[in-house]
Amino acid sequence: MLKQTPLNATHRELGAKMVDFGGWDMPVNYGSQIEEHHAVRSGCGLFDVSHMLPLDIKGANVRAFLRRLVANNVDKLQVSGKALYSCMLNEAGGVIDDLIIYFMDESWFRLVVNAGTAEKDLAWMEKCNADWGMGLTLTPRRDLAMIAIQGPDATQALNEALPGVDQITAALKPFNAAAMGEMFIARTGYTGEDGFEVMVLAKSAPFFWKALMEAGGKPIGLGARDTLRLEAGMNLYGQDMDETTSPLESGLAWTVDLKTERDFVGRAALEKSEVTKQLTGLLLLDKGVLRSHQKVHTKNGDGEITSGTFSPTMQQSIALARLPLGIAPGEEVEVEIRDKKLKAKVVKYPFVRNGKVLI
Amino acid sequence: MSIPADLKYTPSHEWVRVEADGTLTVGITHHAQDLLGDMVFIENPAAGRTLAKGEECAVVESVKAASDVYAPVAGEVIAANADVEASPESVNQDAYAAWMFKMKPANPADVSGLLDAAAYQKLVESEAH
Repeated sequence: MLKQTPLNATHRELGAKMVDFGGWDMPVNYGSQIEEHHAVRSGCGLFDVSHMLPLDIKGANVRAFLRRLVANNVDKLQVSGKALYSCMLNEAGGVIDDLIIYFMDESWFRLVVNAGTAEKDLAWMEKCNADWGMGLTLTPRRDLAMIAIQGPDATQALNEALPGVDQITAALKPFNAAAMGEMFIARTGYTGEDGFEVMVLAKSAPFFWKALMEAGGKPIGLGARDTLRLEAGMNLYGQDMDETTSPLESGLAWTVDLKTERDFVGRAALEKSEVTKQLTGLLLLDKGVLRSHQKVHTKNGDGEITSGTFSPTMQQSIALARLPLGIAPGEEVEVEIRDKKLKAKVVKYPFVRNGKVLI
Repeated sequence: MSIPADLKYTPSHEWVRVEADGTLTVGITHHAQDLLGDMVFIENPAAGRTLAKGEECAVVESVKAASDVYAPVAGEVIAANADVEASPESVNQDAYAAWMFKMKPANPADVSGLLDAAAYQKLVESEAH
């Protein structure tokens, strides 16, 4: 039996094509994935991301717990509502999950973790909580639904759907959130566009979704979510990094705080490890489509594509690839696709931000 | 569900039209394009290539995934449709107009081994459950 979000019936009413997404019955598209992609870049798209898990951690020692639990430094969070992106590592320095941490107050932090890793994450956090004698309460918030509203018209759509929210949306800076009762509004996203991720009580979600559609928001499936995040150069857990890969070889060094003396899980392993690979962008010069696990030949040895797709914005195939160090943007490499070797160029990513091609 | 009665089908979701001169025109079904989603890349076999029945001979790629296209019967490719390679989305617009390649069957009688519309309809329905 697949798990359902509070918006399952809504997706079905809208004629979505539903797929099994890691045990969740989710919309992959509502018609054309490419049209949905363009709708987000040029207007406003709505995503049901309720399969992801909000998790409240409460207690006197939350900050101390998170200082040790995650690779980024929660001491960067000093203002209520501020968000931080981080990896949670295992002792070997591999990535258990990537997550967002919101600082609410000194006894309350809210985390949002991936759907497929939620149970594993929770078990790991509870173990750390017990082992370190932290005495915290971890509460999974499956009573909340989460809707992402993304695109240049996102603010307008949210303001129209939720009268009175305009003062909050006007004041909310990127990577900040505000709580209003059980409603939680964050200026975050996974598309490279301006927008919000809003948590509401599950029972309010269908009505809120319809109000957002009335305000011009277009429903967007997981298919376009993937092409949007890849154009935006954002990692996908399980593809671009996992428990066997180092964040330092996954384009995530910027999220690992090694500057302070703070001891965190995985730090010792990372400091001992030798970094030999890097995550780079690739642009396919020949015709075809780059896909994950295709082999990449470079002058410094072989690498592998971790995520690949056809970019609807660029009308060209793009990818993230884990390549040997020393391969610089501008260089050409060869990708094995079926029985052929096709030419690709190494590029700096993101590929697209705020509707503009950056390559 | 669009399954024209005058065409033949394969279990791997190709459609086949038997032309008056006995040559075959091949494409992928409406159901196949619906499963794959927006098409972005198509690679056809070259004219002159000899195909075994069931041989991987073309590739269709949507934004989502790549999928092989198989030869419905043994024979020789006599034409490939450059228009669908240039406009892969034409397969989404009308899968039965957007033919991929034409072939001359090695043995015209092999065509009788293909599915008719009713049998293909059943196959699609059984896959849905």
